Amino acid sequence: MEKLIDDLTDALLSLDRIAVQKIIASASPNISPLSFVENVVVVALDRIGKRWQEGTVSLAQIYMGGRICEQLVDEILPPAAPERKNQPKMAICTLVDHHMLGKSIVYSLLRASGFELADYGSLSVQEVVERVKEDGLKVLLISVLMLPSALQIKTVKDLLNNSNCDVKIIVGGAPFRFDKNLWREIGADCMCENASEAVAVISKVMEEIHG
Amino acid sequence: MAETMTSMQRVLTALSHQQADRLPFFLLVTMHGAKELGLSIKEYFSKAENVVEGQLRLRKKYRHDCHYTFFYAPLEIEAWGGEVLYCDDGPPNTAAPFLKSFTDIKNIEPPSRLADIPALRKVLQATTLLKERVGDTVPIIGVVKSPFSLPVMQMGFERYIELMYEQPDLFARLMRVNEEFCVDWANAQLAAGATAICYFDPVSSPTIISKEMYLKTGFAVAQRTLSRIKGPTATHMASGRCLPIVNELSETGTAVVGVSALEDLAELKRACKSKLTLLGNLNGIEMRLWSAAKAEEEVKKAIAEAASGGGFILSDNHGEIPWQVPDDVLLAVSEAVHRWGQYPLAWLDRQ
Repeated sequence: MEKLIDDLTDALLSLDRIAVQKIIASASPNISPLSFVENVVVVALDRIGKRWQEGTVSLAQIYMGGRICEQLVDEILPPAAPERKNQPKMAICTLVDHHMLGKSIVYSLLRASGFELADYGSLSVQEVVERVKEDGLKVLLISVLMLPSALQIKTVKDLLNNSNCDVKIIVGGAPFRFDKNLWREIGADCMCENASEAVAVISKVMEEIHG
Repeated sequence: MAETMTSMQRVLTALSHQQADRLPFFLLVTMHGAKELGLSIKEYFSKAENVVEGQLRLRKKYRHDCHYTFFYAPLEIEAWGGEVLYCDDGPPNTAAPFLKSFTDIKNIEPPSRLADIPALRKVLQATTLLKERVGDTVPIIGVVKSPFSLPVMQMGFERYIELMYEQPDLFARLMRVNEEFCVDWANAQLAAGATAICYFDPVSSPTIISKEMYLKTGFAVAQRTLSRIKGPTATHMASGRCLPIVNELSETGTAVVGVSALEDLAELKRACKSKLTLLGNLNGIEMRLWSAAKAEEEVKKAIAEAASGGGFILSDNHGEIPWQVPDDVLLAVSEAVHRWGQYPLAWLDRQ
């Protein structure tokens, strides 16, 4: 298993789609798709995320590698697979901001890790509150690049609380990395330091939701 | 100790890796000018005269060592026909990218007659008016987005990364077009009175692309572009890391690098010694909530790590102080620089 993880990590960082395909094919006779995703893909993505935080891996590598991984995992664990459905209803968005890279990376990495979630794109505060209510979301991920967007999450939280919406808000992005207390200040439930951390955070949130 | 140098002399001394009378500091305030004038951010940036008055008042209040003619990041996008969105409590942001598909790149041309483009004309007017007021006593820092980083706003970050990796011919064409605009825009600001140009290039940071990719892309673009800009340049990573590429940055011809709060200032100083002057790296996001004591502590820490021997200009780590940072904090930063930044740094030697 360790070799599989190492090989997948290297292949993703080299953006080598063929090598990733071969690794998945070599593993498939011995391991179920879900087990492969949970024990190999998630671990490899977590290592890549930690290396980004250390400064040895770039965001572009994570984005391109995440795209490859998402597409190939879709082939072994299709969007309609029953395993993907045993999760709270989730969506991701940015707040009035067309800087979408962080959102796209988290979206790809979560899907590559076996989760299914909606991509709301860029919404205003009011729009995101309406969508959460309409869709009955249990988990809302918000990716931000700029400080004003991060501070607006407080309004989102307050409006959702006033509407008695039981939704967990998970945040990430540059302002939260530069101010480690900001996520608490704006009333988020969790903060992710990097995109791969979202996988662990959502798994924890699922445990809380399911008791 | 009485200060004996003008801001210009102080900065030039730091750039020659010598100690001036005091550590120079660039308080890169933009939107705070609107607060000074009692205007909304949108109203403030609508006229060059507002920005000139704002910059003059801010420098008088905070006693820093430059004027900064940076209005807001997507200003250049207006020159390309893109749209800017204003908000009441933060910098104007870019609307949806105007390059909708890769094939659009085949047809774009760099904007021409820059002085006739309203958004750019305001910056050139502000630069000229500031130059008339301060002459050669205070550096006026103009700003360009690097040709390599501009596409984030032209086409969106994800599609730009895909372009870089998967469409080398179109990437090369976009760089050629952007380089023409960047050089013209930088030289127009220098001709209007800017002392130096800050070249914002966050996409070149190892936070965003690998060093291997940088050498093939952002490095080559910077070498070509900076060599055609007719004045001194400073490269700013806008909060991104730069330690792994400082040698390459110095080979692009830049004199200064704006560094991140995520990196160790002392380590950066060692790596850049005699090659590049450091600009940074107070944490602008945390700064919102600093007390006066915390501001003083952070300034002293930065001085201890990087001020000895010159080659350092104290600033924030992003190139733009957030709107939410209170005036009291900025005053405390200024007070601390004036108290602890006098050369020689006797207090530091005693420690």
